[in-house]
Amino acid sequence: MASVSIEPGRKATSAPAEAPSPEIVKRTALEEALSPTSPSVTFPASDPLELDCGQLLGPFTVAYETVGSLNAAKSNAVLLCHALTMDQYFFRTNPVTGKPGWWTDMIGPGKPIDTDRFYVICANILGGCMGSTGPVSTNPATGQPYGLDFPVITIRDMVRAQVRLIDHLGIDKLFAVVGGSMGGMQVLEWASHFSERIHCAIPIATAAWHSAQNIAFHEVGRQAVMADPEWVQGRYLLSERVPRRGLAVARMAAHITYLSEAALHAKFGRSLQDRDARTFSFNADFQVESYLRHQGSTFVDRFDANSYLYITRAMDYFDLAGEFDGVLANAFRGTKVRFCVVSFTSDWLYPTHENRKIVQALNAVAANVSFVEIESDKGHDAFLLDEPVLFKTITGFINSAAARHGIAPARSAA
Amino acid sequence: MLARHDEHTTAPPRVDHLLIAGLVKPGARVLDVGCGDGALLQLLADRKDVDARGVEIDRDRVNACVARGLSVIQGDADQDLDAYPDDAFDYAILSLTIQATRNPKRVLANLLRIGRHAIVSFPNFGHWKVRARFFATGRMPVTEHLPDTWYDTPNAHLCTIKDFADLCRLVDARVERAVAFNTSGQQLGTWVRMPLTIHNLLGEKAVFLLSRHPAEK
Repeated sequence: MASVSIEPGRKATSAPAEAPSPEIVKRTALEEALSPTSPSVTFPASDPLELDCGQLLGPFTVAYETVGSLNAAKSNAVLLCHALTMDQYFFRTNPVTGKPGWWTDMIGPGKPIDTDRFYVICANILGGCMGSTGPVSTNPATGQPYGLDFPVITIRDMVRAQVRLIDHLGIDKLFAVVGGSMGGMQVLEWASHFSERIHCAIPIATAAWHSAQNIAFHEVGRQAVMADPEWVQGRYLLSERVPRRGLAVARMAAHITYLSEAALHAKFGRSLQDRDARTFSFNADFQVESYLRHQGSTFVDRFDANSYLYITRAMDYFDLAGEFDGVLANAFRGTKVRFCVVSFTSDWLYPTHENRKIVQALNAVAANVSFVEIESDKGHDAFLLDEPVLFKTITGFINSAAARHGIAPARSAA
Repeated sequence: MLARHDEHTTAPPRVDHLLIAGLVKPGARVLDVGCGDGALLQLLADRKDVDARGVEIDRDRVNACVARGLSVIQGDADQDLDAYPDDAFDYAILSLTIQATRNPKRVLANLLRIGRHAIVSFPNFGHWKVRARFFATGRMPVTEHLPDTWYDTPNAHLCTIKDFADLCRLVDARVERAVAFNTSGQQLGTWVRMPLTIHNLLGEKAVFLLSRHPAEK
């Protein structure tokens, strides 16, 4: 909390505030990490971020994207919190993958979160590898990449960095904070520690803590990275190596947790990949194997292995009740925030019962909460996919809250 | 103010909803347990500017409520009321739902705990048509207002107006007002003008306004 400052005269240096031109040249992940195409703000060493681990991080950079325009009253800002391997490119084309933004179904002109009406901000998380300060960034003390010298961060630290960005943008109060999965955890941190700075909170497919099973899967991923000889104790960047195998295996294991058995069965079943019969080898005979290998190898091209270690660690450390004497309801006591909690029936990573715990904690303090469990067989990933009921839910909640807060409908928006 | 969604409010409000709306004070905090499609919540939000919340067990109905801008959670009257603190609401409403709960006594006690007032409406199993059907056929009555067969009905705990009045005594609830409606939706006379037995015979459904504190108006 001590790190929060809303003094306007902050000495922060802004990188280009204008949107990048649409004809982006594809860049490598490393280029993007060190010098993002999106706008960014660097807070000087004299204004460091106080971390949960006790260290001060400074200077630090937050890379972010915005879509839409901030109205004169600065009342229409929506902060989007991204999930583990996402980034700030929720709308515009990703400069590394060349793929469309990751949430264009949800956010854009005329979409549930309408950019003709709202000013949507999304920052690459602290510890990430798309331009915000993380283990890839240069450690000012050594002039070399931080690697494992980067401090272990928490979800709350990520939110602290976002608070700095919101201060920098001159926004006092956000209309909404929205996010799925790890983004939902950030939403919960906002709602509990910075509730006076948000009107509504939309945590989707998330949990108020990481369960033993969640931690277990992450540990498998981390061990896979660290077992790769190319990882060289986290110093692979110095010798221009990449622990591709390890990170790909980590991604493969994690990817399974984002899907459901039904989704995997429907997509692949036991179908063979480009062959009519088993080869009696360890080639990727099955389509599902080929698919996972592809997921793993493309992930390595866009993500940093140490970043993956740090972010998964931050998620494992997340236990919101633990920050409030073990009572989750205490995190929300006296809150004026309106909540909309959403879960999906086939999500076994952050299942409905974990989301319902958040709802029950909110009920325990008589908070204003809506809770929808959406029927879907797409697993955890459902929140990123075309789920009409999700869109209707968010549209209804946002419109009702916006009317209550006097934010004009899209056509007459400032 | 809640945004109005006219496409949902074209149907005329139900008589029991109008009566309940009449019992609720403007600006109150209201929890509607078993809020269905949110018609009562919408009515209360529109006409009484209440802080309206709902609980509904059916997922599709919850989605419809939230999509129309109401604060509704997917939940179960039998399980999810325990989480609410005492006196969280001015009114806790259970509209045509108590007969479908597994433990009506516990649900009613919970309503009286979390609401300063409880408003409960229910179909009256003592209505003469129900009695006549049972007497004539010797089978579980199926009427226009209780249309389900015994093996299909969600109504696990049907009761008469007299039965419910007994339950109110059992949980120390004070009956501030009780109104019965006939099959045409017309309100029968108040207790003073008509004995309970007649209400129990002619009332097709009943609405009770209850409070936990005997001294409180």
